[in-house]
Formats: sequence, C-alpha cells, structure tokens
Amino acid sequence: MFLYILKRVLATIPVMIIVAIFVFLLLRLTPGDPAAILAGDAATPAQLERIRDGLGLNDPLITQFMTWMNQLLHGDLGTSLLSNTPVAGMVAERLGPTINIALMTITISVLLAVPMGVIAAWRHRTWIDFLVMSFSVLGFSVPVFVIGYILIQIFAIELRWVPVQGYKDPSDGFGAFFSRALLPSLTLATIYIALIARMTRASMLEVLGEDYIRTARAKGVRENVVLFRHALRNAAVPILTIIGTGFALLISGVVVTESVFNIPGIGRLTVDAILARDYPVIQAMILLTAGIYVFVNLLVDISYSFFDPRIRY
Amino acid sequence: MSTFRSVLKNTHYITAALLMGTALLASAQENETTVTAVMHSGLRVLDPVITTAHITRDHGYMIYDVLTAVDDKFAPQPQMASWEISEDGLSYTFTLRDGLMFHDGAPVTGADVVASLKRWGKKDSGGQLIFDVTESLESTDEKTVVWRLSKQFGPLLDVISKQSAVPPFIMPARVAETSADETITEYVGSGPFVFNESEYKPGVNVTYEKFDDYVPRSEPASWMAGGKVVNVDKVIWTTMPDALTALNALSAGEIDYLEQVQIDLMPIVGGNPDVIVEKRDELGYVTIGRPNHLLPPFDNKLIRQAAMAALDQESMLATMQGDPEYYNVCGAIFGCSTPLGDEAGSEVLTSGANVDTAKALLKEAGYDGTPIVLMAPTDVISLINQPVVAAQALREAGFEVDMQSMDWQSVVQRRAQQQPVSEGGWNLFFTNWIVPEVSDPLINVMANGRGDEAWFGWPTDPEIEKLRADFVAAGDMAAQKEVALEIQEHVMDNVNYIMMGEYIIPQARRTTIQNMLPSPVPVFWNMTKEDE
Repeated sequence: MFLYILKRVLATIPVMIIVAIFVFLLLRLTPGDPAAILAGDAATPAQLERIRDGLGLNDPLITQFMTWMNQLLHGDLGTSLLSNTPVAGMVAERLGPTINIALMTITISVLLAVPMGVIAAWRHRTWIDFLVMSFSVLGFSVPVFVIGYILIQIFAIELRWVPVQGYKDPSDGFGAFFSRALLPSLTLATIYIALIARMTRASMLEVLGEDYIRTARAKGVRENVVLFRHALRNAAVPILTIIGTGFALLISGVVVTESVFNIPGIGRLTVDAILARDYPVIQAMILLTAGIYVFVNLLVDISYSFFDPRIRY
Repeated sequence: MSTFRSVLKNTHYITAALLMGTALLASAQENETTVTAVMHSGLRVLDPVITTAHITRDHGYMIYDVLTAVDDKFAPQPQMASWEISEDGLSYTFTLRDGLMFHDGAPVTGADVVASLKRWGKKDSGGQLIFDVTESLESTDEKTVVWRLSKQFGPLLDVISKQSAVPPFIMPARVAETSADETITEYVGSGPFVFNESEYKPGVNVTYEKFDDYVPRSEPASWMAGGKVVNVDKVIWTTMPDALTALNALSAGEIDYLEQVQIDLMPIVGGNPDVIVEKRDELGYVTIGRPNHLLPPFDNKLIRQAAMAALDQESMLATMQGDPEYYNVCGAIFGCSTPLGDEAGSEVLTSGANVDTAKALLKEAGYDGTPIVLMAPTDVISLINQPVVAAQALREAGFEVDMQSMDWQSVVQRRAQQQPVSEGGWNLFFTNWIVPEVSDPLINVMANGRGDEAWFGWPTDPEIEKLRADFVAAGDMAAQKEVALEIQEHVMDNVNYIMMGEYIIPQARRTTIQNMLPSPVPVFWNMTKEDE
C-alpha cells in the first residue's frame, strides 16, 4: 500500500509540470493586460508600458516562465500583480471558507442521499422510489442560484432565521459559522443529494439482485443489515467515486454559490483573478485545483480497498 | 405532517438558540459604531497614484488628506494648507495648518508635501502640465511650501484641488519617494480614517478606523473640502459581487449603505421603510464613444461627423438606464452641470438621430463601405448596451458595422493597438466616466490631441492643443469659460469623441445612517449612525 501511494504521489509530478506549462502559455496567449487593470481607464499607452516593464510583463516568455518555476521550487507562489500581496496568503485565506462549506455540503449530502438511494432501490418502482427520483431530477434541473435565492427569501428574509449572506470562521463561534454556512451548504447539497442518491440507487439495484443477498435473506439476516452492511458495502465503489469527485468539484470553486451568499472562497478569487488577468493568482489556483483532484482521487482509490476486499494494490 | 411540523419547530428553536449565542458573543464585544458599506467594486490596488481606479481614489480620500480641495461649487478651498499667490502669478506659497499628523504619529511637514506632489505630478495629466512650467517646488520650513513657475498657470489650484481619478494625496516623504511606476507598500496617511492593514482582504473587505488625532477644519464639510468630522468608530467596505444579495443584505440590516443600486432591482427595496434610495451624486456619469482617428474610415472627419449624426442619445440612454429619472440627454462635453459645461454645437447629438445628414456626409466623404470594427464588451454591465444600439444606428445610416464581442480586458488590450484592423486594430468603442473626470480640458483625457501621446484613439489635433494652452493661460474663470466654449465647438466639429449623455446611479442606505454628505465620491465623515 505504501509503495502504491508513493508511486501515485510521484506520478503527480509530471502531471503538475505539464499543467504548469500549459497554464502559463495559455494565459499569455489570452488577450488582456494586467497593467491596464492596475493603472485604470485613464492611463495613457506610455504609462501602461512603464507599468508593464515594472511588472516584468515585457520580459521574454521564457524568462517569465523560468522566474515562476524558480519561485515554485522555493515554495513561493509569487505576488499578486494587483494587490501586491503574496499569493500563498491570499489562497490560504480563501481556502478555509471553501473547504468548510464543501465539508458541510458533502456531509449533508451523504447523510441524506445514501439512505434515500438505498431506500429507493429497496422499494424499487414504488412511490418512494418515484419520489426520490423526482427529487433527483429537480436537483439537477434547477440552477443553484435559483435554489439559493429561494432559500434566502424563505429562511433569511421572511423567517429571519439566518443571515442573508457572509461567512464566519468556526473559530468565531460555531453558531456564527453554522448560521451563515447552512443556506449555501443546503443550496449546493441539492445537486449532490440528487447525484449521490441516483448513483446509490443504481449501484444498489445491481447488488440487490446478487446471489449472496438472496442467501443472506434466506438465512434470516435482518433486512437493514442486508441493505446497509452486505449490499451497500459492495455497492460503495461507484458511490465513493461520485462523493470524491463531488468534493473536488466543490473545493475547486463554486463560483455562483459563493457570489449569491457572498462567501470569500477560492471560486470568487479565481474568477476575479481571471477577469483582472492577475497571472500569478490564476496560475496558483489552477495548480492548486489540479493538486486537489489528484489528492482526492488518490484518497478515493485507497478507500476502495476498505470497502471491497477484492481490490488490492 | 405532524412530524414535519415538530422538526420544523425544533429547527426553529435550535436556530434561535444559535443566533442568541451569536448575539451574546457580539454584545460582549465593545459597543462601537460600525458602518458596513458595499462599494461599487472590491479594493485591490492600494496606491492611489499608480491607478485611476475609482475605488482606490475613494480609499485615498479615507486615509489621506489633500493640500486643497474643491467644494460643491467646484471652487478650490484650503484643506491641509492655505495659500498665497504672488502678484505676478508665478509663485504659490502654501502654509500647512496646525495639528496635521500622520497615522504613525509623525507631524506632516513641507518635505512630505513636496515629495507627494512630485510623485503625483509624474502620473496625473494636469500635474504633468504644471510640472512642465515648474521652476522649483520646495519646502522653505516645516510648514511652508513654495511652488515657483516659469510661466503663469491659471488653473493650478483647480488642478491640485480637483476631485478626479488621481488627487494629489499627501503621504510621508519616505513613501512618496517610491517611483511613480511602482506601487507603494506602506499606507500611512494623515486623513480622517486609519487603514487597518491586518484586516484587509484584497477584493473582499477593507476596514478603516477613526483617526482620533485628526483635527478637522472648522468650516462645514462640502464635497472634499471643509471639516471632515468622523462620528463613527469603524467603516468596513465589503465586496458583494451579486447585486441582489447586496440589496437583500441591506433590507435585512446586514449592511448600512450600498453605493450603487441597479435600477431594475430597485422595486425590491421600494416598499421597505427602513431603506432610503436616493440620488446622492447628482453629477453622475457620462457615456462616450471614441473613434480611432488613425485608421480609415474614422481618419476622415466627415465620416466621424456622419457617425455622430447617426447616433441618438435618447435611445442609447434609455436602453442603458430604462428609467428617464436616471438619465439626461446632454451634449456638453464637460458635463451639463459643471462650471464649464456648455451645449454649443451639440444639437446634432441631442436632437435625435439624423439619418439623412449622416447619409449625405458619407456620400460627400466617398465612404467605400470599409467595415467599422466596433468593440463590444460583454462583462461590464454599464457598457453592454451602447455598442448594440450604436451598431443598429450606424447600419441604418449606411455604415458597414463589424461588432465584435469580447470581455472588457480584451477591449482594453485591443484599444492599445495602433495597427490596421486586419492586424488587430479597431475603429470605435464606448466607455463611461464620472462627470468630474471630464469636467475641464486639463482633466479630460479625451480632449488631449497629442497624437501618439494622447489617449486611445490618438487624435493629432494641434487646434485643441492650442486651445488647451489658451485655457492654461486664461487668467480668470470668465476667460476659462470662453476657451472651454471654443473647445466644445471644436470637439463637436472634429468629433474627437462622441458625448452620448449623462446618467445617474442611485444609492441606498438604511434609515439609521444620517447626515451623509452629497458628493461625487462617497465620503464617510460627517455621517452618523443611530441604533436600529
């Protein structure tokens, strides 16, 4: 297992280098000028040229790339062209809200969606199954910002149970964090509940037809044990994949939800940086996102072996 | 159902308990007055000299002070200093008032003023003109600065007092000695608020605290001049990218002030007795079209005139704003409500589209059907509609229009290209300015006619440069107005740019916020906040 993890970690290095080169070149080929954003609308061409010089944007591409790689090798993500602040600090600051909201979303989704999917499969082609599938279709079909606005209208504006917007860190008090994180998490959870419930149902339906389930039932094993210990464990691999991918997606940026609920997460940071062509921030965010996907996929792969003993590395 | 109700009831209790806990925590904190404001954009650049971004200028007025400042009559007033002008008009002596202190406790001296003005003068277009005729600028003692000119510069006080993109903020000399092309890294001012660096999150929020040692002037506050009396302990600017969320937050009392309200969303707060929507900045904005004077067909004056005749302010403004209460047909290139504003010669713009005139001008010019590349940004809400309306009007007049959609960043990069259209050039784009930024020929970058050195569009226009020099030499306001009128008529004839009218963006506040000053820049001195 250790060797497998080591191999997987080492395999990420060429992937990250290719991503870095690709991102660097793509950004330089995209129209846009960070100096123009920095200087503002009234700056003259001559002023822009001087600012570009100051930022090193007039250096040859290879020089710019080598400077960046050199910084990366020293663990430095560079400095924002606009705010002149270290990118690492900016990313770290924005990662907290995104991770916390993502964890809350996935927790809510798994707690609700897995039982929903199991029950839908168990009561296949009954009204319960129909209800779960209807909810899934709805969760996929309605855009997240619509769900967000509806939840805000009901729970923040009408009932006044929670604030409309904003984010507080758990270190500011769990109540403050929870009241602000609840609506965005519920909003995002609607998609993931739908996704996980459908996958759980499909996977469970396949497993419930297997001989060992019939045998277990014939031996008189209680139905909930059959469902949640025997069947669910064997149906877990695709469900884990969906949960892992969903978590990575949530962390890599849920821009709309972060905007609707005014959460200072990394989704907004990325979009702001792209609009301003703040190259060091965009480069760091794309590398981070690639890293998150690699890491989460590794965790998912490892977790397979715990649920399915046939999988060995 | 009863189970559902019970769950709902319990959720209610749990939430209430959590909120009470939060409230208790909050009340345990010091009972300070905090005003939370959502500004028009997030603050990312902290150096008010390197950028012309409005949000950075607004930040500048919070933490820095200025030597002199304009009041609501556009008249320069003493702020940090009073002045005396020598009889020959060549020497300005500024005397700093008592009690001026930087946020780090150091007194403000003449040396700080000199260094700050010199850095500003390298960036600001009006400042550059003053420094062109500056013989010396020096501090003769701790409180005195003498500015000697080689030639009279009538509007000197207007330029250094102006409320526009780059005001001459006074910084400590050690900070102001930074090159004008590099951003400063220390943000110490002597203004009414102190920047809290530890709580600053670029693009998310910024916190200002009252500067207890600030000594306001005794006169009543007016625009950027007068007594800047701070009545609140803290001001937090928070960024909300979603306009609806900002309005909801204002309705719910989570924020106190919203700098810009989208007109189509106004009904959401229309009936809320706790919220006031108002036109605090009556001067507002102008929207303009800028032709590229270097390339055909707009290198031909007659074709520029044809384009101007084809366009119609009313339909452009109505599409942008919707509600006539928030726009104003106006042909004055310096703005209709400014001292130099005059609509002479602008009937072609204000009387609606003149398709026949446009067609006749195109015929006279021998327009050969060269397509016009019109750059259309898709991601800036205040600039989305103008190109669409213009393209339709120009086509009706006989122009071939190639409207190209792109994000604003692509527009700003492409507008710097002087090459032919086939190699990435362009012919026309639209943008907006706040009225004070276009209110006189020294501030208004579109009135510059120095070819390659001019703003994008690069008109080579010796006539306007001569008129601008006349404006500098004009002795008094009456003489300046006369020259401004000539510039107005010239711009209308030569079509240096196309004035497309004025518009206003409303602002909103909770009723608990009182005594906010009307000003083109949102200012947080003078205001009071009552308990909810």
